[in-house]
Amino acid sequence: MPNFIDRRLNPKDKSLGNRQRFLKRAREELKRVIKERVKTGKITDVDVEQNVSMPARGVSEPTFQPDSGTGERRHVLPGNREFAQGDRIPKKAAGGGASGASAGTGRSEDDFQFVLSREEVLDLFFEDLELPDMVKLNLKESVAFKRRRAGFTASGSPTNINVGRTMRNSYGRRIALHRPSRREVEALADEIARLEAQPEAGAKHRKQIAELRERLEKLERRRRRIPYVDPVDIRFNRFEPQPLPNASAVMFCLMDVSASMGEREKDLAKRFFVLLHLFLKRRYERIDIVFIRHTDEAGEVDENTFFYSKQSGGTVVSTALEEMLRVIQERYPAHEWNIYAAQASDGENISGDSERCASLLNDDLMRLCQYYAYVEIIDERETEIFGTTDNGTSLWRAYRTVDGEWPNFQMTRIAKPADIYPVFRKLFGKQPSIQMGK
Amino acid sequence: MSKGAGANLLFQSSDWNFETLARTYDAIEAIALDELGLDVYPNQLEIISSEQMLDAYSSVGMPLMYQHWSFGKRFVFEDHLYRRGRRGLAYELVINSNPCITYLMEENTMAMQALVTAHAAFGHNHFFKNNYLFRQWTDASAILSYMEFAKKYISKCEERYGTTAVEEILDSAHALMDQGVFRYRRPPRLSSEKERERMRERLEYEEQTYSDLWRTLPPTSAGLDPTAAERDALERKKQLNLPEENLLYFLEKTSLILEPWQREILRIVRVIAQYFYPQRQTKVMNEGCATFVHYTIMNRLFDEGRITEGAMLEVLQSHTNVVFQPAFDDPRYPGINPYALGFAMMQDIERICVDPTAEDRDWFPDIAGSGNWRETLLDAWANHRDESFILQYLSPSLIRKFRLFLLTDEADENFCEVASIHNERGYEAIRAALARSYDIGANQPDIQVMDVDLLGDRHLRLQHNVKNGVLLEESNRDATLRHVRHLWGYEVSLVGIEAETGETLYECSTEELAD
Repeated sequence: MPNFIDRRLNPKDKSLGNRQRFLKRAREELKRVIKERVKTGKITDVDVEQNVSMPARGVSEPTFQPDSGTGERRHVLPGNREFAQGDRIPKKAAGGGASGASAGTGRSEDDFQFVLSREEVLDLFFEDLELPDMVKLNLKESVAFKRRRAGFTASGSPTNINVGRTMRNSYGRRIALHRPSRREVEALADEIARLEAQPEAGAKHRKQIAELRERLEKLERRRRRIPYVDPVDIRFNRFEPQPLPNASAVMFCLMDVSASMGEREKDLAKRFFVLLHLFLKRRYERIDIVFIRHTDEAGEVDENTFFYSKQSGGTVVSTALEEMLRVIQERYPAHEWNIYAAQASDGENISGDSERCASLLNDDLMRLCQYYAYVEIIDERETEIFGTTDNGTSLWRAYRTVDGEWPNFQMTRIAKPADIYPVFRKLFGKQPSIQMGK
Repeated sequence: MSKGAGANLLFQSSDWNFETLARTYDAIEAIALDELGLDVYPNQLEIISSEQMLDAYSSVGMPLMYQHWSFGKRFVFEDHLYRRGRRGLAYELVINSNPCITYLMEENTMAMQALVTAHAAFGHNHFFKNNYLFRQWTDASAILSYMEFAKKYISKCEERYGTTAVEEILDSAHALMDQGVFRYRRPPRLSSEKERERMRERLEYEEQTYSDLWRTLPPTSAGLDPTAAERDALERKKQLNLPEENLLYFLEKTSLILEPWQREILRIVRVIAQYFYPQRQTKVMNEGCATFVHYTIMNRLFDEGRITEGAMLEVLQSHTNVVFQPAFDDPRYPGINPYALGFAMMQDIERICVDPTAEDRDWFPDIAGSGNWRETLLDAWANHRDESFILQYLSPSLIRKFRLFLLTDEADENFCEVASIHNERGYEAIRAALARSYDIGANQPDIQVMDVDLLGDRHLRLQHNVKNGVLLEESNRDATLRHVRHLWGYEVSLVGIEAETGETLYECSTEELAD
């Protein structure tokens, strides 16, 4: 009879540590892959498991290997059907046996595929956005919970003791068990003291004192046996995590698609939209995304068209805002939907239109929107010239006035991925306070 | 009669439980020990799930292993293939330890568990305990506790010196793992107390008899005399035990820049490499032995009426899959299947012993017709490795059965030539070539430490003895050399010398390599 051991219940994931080490090692390569994905994939797809393929060179393990292209070697192969001694076989066809096999294994080594979990994907996505850790944590949590008081419990941590409830239990128990009160004991002690203070008065007196003493001792024993507060009295406040009420949100992505918006600009804009979507996804169960692109006329389009197709024409930004207003009125009444908008543009606008944009925002849209973020994508060289000054395109100057008026309006110029997050700072910053306050 | 046969059965359904496992184990054990005369370590059978099997895969089959990213890489690779259904998992995994640990997968049917028990817990187990390579090079009773030590030690180093520092050392050590084994001699024992005592005394004597006057003597022609320099070099080499084939050992003992913990890590990697070295030299025999044992035992159980026809069919189907050998031009051809070759050779030996042909009597006069195939097999399992086993026992009839042929392939020709086929003239050549292809010592690049001047520029000189003109793959070679320099701390150069002519084929040095 051998020794049988059932290991099935042993902790799994013994390789988890190794897996993490591997990902760390392959980080640069994976980051590039994920970036590529964000660029080509859908906005909503950033947040899921990803199947990545990994060229082996990033994580190769070199050893001294014979070079298969040199020297003379001999192979013994099975399954000879037609060869006789001295036959010559041209290499391509016949090397088949040996080199074919090695090529087969080589291929699978070169480019091997594996699946990254949602957390790992987000980690990589966030890396050069330079999000503060707290925000990353918030974004990765799938549902937000709030702790709510929910009755009492007999076990818990000392900080949660409910004193009132505990003392009430204690009092009831003391009455039920007839625990002598301090007053009773003190009265008896006073009585004894009084009798002892009297001048000596014979046997009867002494007997009385002895009796009283005995009673006092009994009372005190009883007091000791029945504690003032017993562990069974203690009650704790109980808390229950409750999911935050979820509502629906709609996210408007507005983008200028005129010829001046190149590949780089669109990529940055996309990351900007992805981040907003991630944030919204955490808070809302249902999110609709509306893509509105504009040149000198605006239209609602699907995601693919939004990012990849080009349109020629001038640039009239207000058309996009009008279109957005129309969609809201048609499909997303503000009392049922939380409306978020993100607008990306290179700042170009036809002259005279910027003022109209500002007034559209001031008069209509900002009243309806939970949050409106505007990013102007600029050249990296321009960052130094403009910075955050008020100077700039007419659109920028016009929006600047809106910015002053509405706290839920955000605007910034971005030139590289790391610039994106500050736009959202206000939005994210609000989050902890919502969660902490009841 | 049929009622009696039913009662004799070890199990009837395909589900297993610990009771049927134990009953079957006992029946298998009886056959293995009494009829086949196997000699095994005590068995420990562990039931694991598929995830745990994947874990075991990635840590080279050890139940305990230190952490390193390369294991993670292997894990994601295997995991992906498995989840995509592109590769099944092994039914079992067996560890050369005392007690011998065999992993059984929980998904296996009872028939498979029986097969696996016979295969691993008796076949492999017997081989581990008796084969001379394992007896000589590995210590089955100590390996598990050593791995536990290694794991703890490395995680302690990570805590103390940081993961990156440990990872760098492990990366470099892993690169040299193939060059981290002793192939021909046992590791030299640590110099005994006595030896050290003697050295200390000599030093003391020299100190006492030191006379400053000697220094003032004009230098003997040492500097001028080339033979003296040569003698110096010889003396140096002798002291360092050069040439040395075990690079990891040399670096561990001699490198001037390594901290004690780094040396210990090199040692751990080296010990593990050495532990697996016999397994790599006995693939055909080990699998052949285990397959032959399970085949014999399962047939015996069936003959005794202890397993059902259904179970036997399942066993046979799985057995046939295992010993399948596609021909060289088959798209499934992965190389010669060690299970197929090993099993066929074992069966062939049995046939030669019991029922030899005239040809067999010519080729194997010692064993042909002797009848005692058990002793012959036990002796072969104990005293051979793949190379010598094939050289000794591959019979012409088996060469014909496999239709083996020999191709010579010269790099600068655009054709391969069929040098021998399965005929009278070809048997010897095929047998020798096949045996040679299993000789790891001959197939792996032979790289040795030739010289180093510890008091001079500390330039480490390695030599690659090139056989048959097979050079090293260059990018890998350069990357590995960088790892050697990382462990050595000073420049390292590698010279390729043609083993037969002594002609220098190439030279490279870390000085020329850009990082």
